[in-house]
Amino acid sequence: MSLRLFVSRDAGAIAVGADDVALALEQAAAGRGIAVEIVRTGSRGMYWLEPLVEVATPQGRIAFGPVTEADVPSLLDALANNTPHLLRLGATDELPWLKRQTRLTFARCGVIDPRSLDDYRAHGGYKGLERALSLGSDAILNEVTASGLRGRGGAGFPTGIKWKTVTQAKADRKFIVCNADEGDSGTFADRMIIEGDPFLVIEGMTIAGITVGATKGYIYIRSEYPHAVEAMNAAIQAAKRGGYLGDKIGGSTHSFDLEVRVGAGAYVCGEETSLLESLEGRRGIVRAKPPLPAHHGLFGKPTVINNVLSFAAVPFILAEGAKAYADYGMGRSRGTMPIQLAGNIRQGGLFETAFGVTLAELVDDIGGGTFTGRPVRAVQVGGPLGAYFPRSLFDTPFDYEAFAARDGLIGHGGIVVFDDSVDMRRQARFAMEFCAVESCGKCTPCRIGSTRGVETIEKIINGERVSENLALVEDLCNTMKFGSLCALGGFTPYPVLSALKHFREDFAPVPTTLQAAE
Amino acid sequence: MTAVFEPWNETRGAEIIAEHANQEGATLVILHALQEAFGYVPEAAIPMVAQALNLSRAEVHGVFTFYHDFRHKPAGRHVLKLCRAEACQAAGGDALAARAEAKLGVSLGNTTADDRVTLEPIYCLGLCATAPSAMLDGRLIGRLDQKRLDALIVEAQR
Ligand SMILES: Cc1cc2nc3c(=O)[nH]c(=O)nc-3n(C[C@H](O)[C@H](O)[C@H](O)COP(=O)(O)O)c2cc1C
Ligand code: SF4
Ligand code: FES
Ligand code: FES
Repeated sequence: MSLRLFVSRDAGAIAVGADDVALALEQAAAGRGIAVEIVRTGSRGMYWLEPLVEVATPQGRIAFGPVTEADVPSLLDALANNTPHLLRLGATDELPWLKRQTRLTFARCGVIDPRSLDDYRAHGGYKGLERALSLGSDAILNEVTASGLRGRGGAGFPTGIKWKTVTQAKADRKFIVCNADEGDSGTFADRMIIEGDPFLVIEGMTIAGITVGATKGYIYIRSEYPHAVEAMNAAIQAAKRGGYLGDKIGGSTHSFDLEVRVGAGAYVCGEETSLLESLEGRRGIVRAKPPLPAHHGLFGKPTVINNVLSFAAVPFILAEGAKAYADYGMGRSRGTMPIQLAGNIRQGGLFETAFGVTLAELVDDIGGGTFTGRPVRAVQVGGPLGAYFPRSLFDTPFDYEAFAARDGLIGHGGIVVFDDSVDMRRQARFAMEFCAVESCGKCTPCRIGSTRGVETIEKIINGERVSENLALVEDLCNTMKFGSLCALGGFTPYPVLSALKHFREDFAPVPTTLQAAE
Repeated sequence: MTAVFEPWNETRGAEIIAEHANQEGATLVILHALQEAFGYVPEAAIPMVAQALNLSRAEVHGVFTFYHDFRHKPAGRHVLKLCRAEACQAAGGDALAARAEAKLGVSLGNTTADDRVTLEPIYCLGLCATAPSAMLDGRLIGRLDQKRLDALIVEAQR
């Protein structure tokens, strides 16, 4: 009898022992004379269950988790003899957490072997490209536009319009750039899809290339993601060998090539123009817009720059049609969003669902509250530039406009949960600190304002002239909001002001009698 | 496992630079490659990069200093990075960072006097669903707690 097992090679799974478990399975199986094949997949995104081990059965995959090295002998015995095991979770596809999702982008993640082009194709991969090749540029643009897809990197700009601008630009060379800088704390969807289904990103970028007439693409991956870099490089090599990158891709007349470039630890390089500067080998100083990258981008040429998830959404849209995507969602937020539950959360991970799900559902119901078991007090949505929301705003639906209406943003879809031990003064100070450290230095409000912000919040924490300093912080925030060139300086006020507004009690002036006693 | 680096050697440096110099926008690629080989970007390499790419020394130096990743001197034998971003803060990362500082006797961003351990902050490893996170010499660690941290520190001090 031979067992076919699946263990994730996702960095998040490896960080909690997936490699050790895979090795232990192999050794224990050899010791018992059981034949096993261990397929290293991406992650299903249920990180509290990692390392997750799945076994192929005629009825589909059965999941076990979280598995430690110590569990391996008993697990193998149970698998070999078909007996019960404490860690048995049931059929993977029937697990409520997965079943409740609408996985359009992440359909294959955790299922296939991310190194295998054949596996990708066997699971519907490259259908989008096939249809794109048969449609031609104008019809592809119509599909992408009609899908309502908006950029998943944060700003939510319509992807179809961006692509159209580059299509119409005249130039000897054009570029496709994939923004895999994913610097926002609480986000890991780009990392997961690159590690778990890299051909999907390649396919999306290739479709962009044939649409706008670009023959070269770059994927800029942050250096904090070495596993993603490796996975993407391996996939690019496999796609080249398989005829899906290089000359005459997929048997067509189009050429398209891809190259990975690695960032160097600068958060601001996630900003698109800073990223282009970095790709050109310079300091990541933000460029003033206009000109837009669509007209004057990488090496001065018309450039499509999109987030990983934007590219990754496109193959589905082409394969199944714009309507199949646009049917999901609410208002002007169409389709699905891979939402990331993070921080102090019991069931953290990746949850892809149609727009419109509320924060309360996400945090309490799907996420199961905090892992410390204490009450949830705050969430920060959208990374370090996103607002802190209190429980009273948990009825907010996940939707670009609904968040904006409450002075927040969904950004790249990360939700960081905090319990009631959080000190919001420290969170506000951190937001300013982060901006000060990561500022590209081009504008004074961002560079100097954030440094003054740190000092001023420090004074508030120390109880010095609290009301006066609170007013000063608000003032600084307004200057940053209106006087910054990009969203680093412009949006740092969101976490700061939301902390002040919704968690005022943390900043309350200490009574003077207490101050004197200190 | 400790990363093993070559000692700085001009010929070797020139080779590495030449290997990447004809890519478009090669500066970061070359700085990464140098650091991968030598463990840092030696001062002497900067004018060599400048010459190979037809840039001024100041330009290359400017790129080198802009990015947090590049080191101007070798790190300690082991590098322990603790994630200090929000999701890890929410999961108890502040106390762990303080504990690491106390145990190693250095603050984040510094190397112990015996050159054994460099302790550094990092801002998100993308492991935010199993926070707090750390990286020891390139190895990822999630669900960090006091016990795991103490073990990492012992390992790093060896
Ligand atoms: C400081 C800063 C950091 C950013 N970081 C990222 C990032 O890591 N990934 C990303 O896709 N977009 C990031 N963005 C947004 C990009 O500037 C840009 O809007 C995006 O890459 C466009 O792609 P999209 O339309 O597919 O979202 C950042 C913006 C700012 C101001
Ligand atoms: S707001 Fe800050 S990061 Fe953005 S361009 Fe200005 S100085 Fe640079
Ligand atoms: S330059 Fe306009 S948002 Fe950054
Ligand atoms: S915030 Fe620490 S890993 Fe993301």
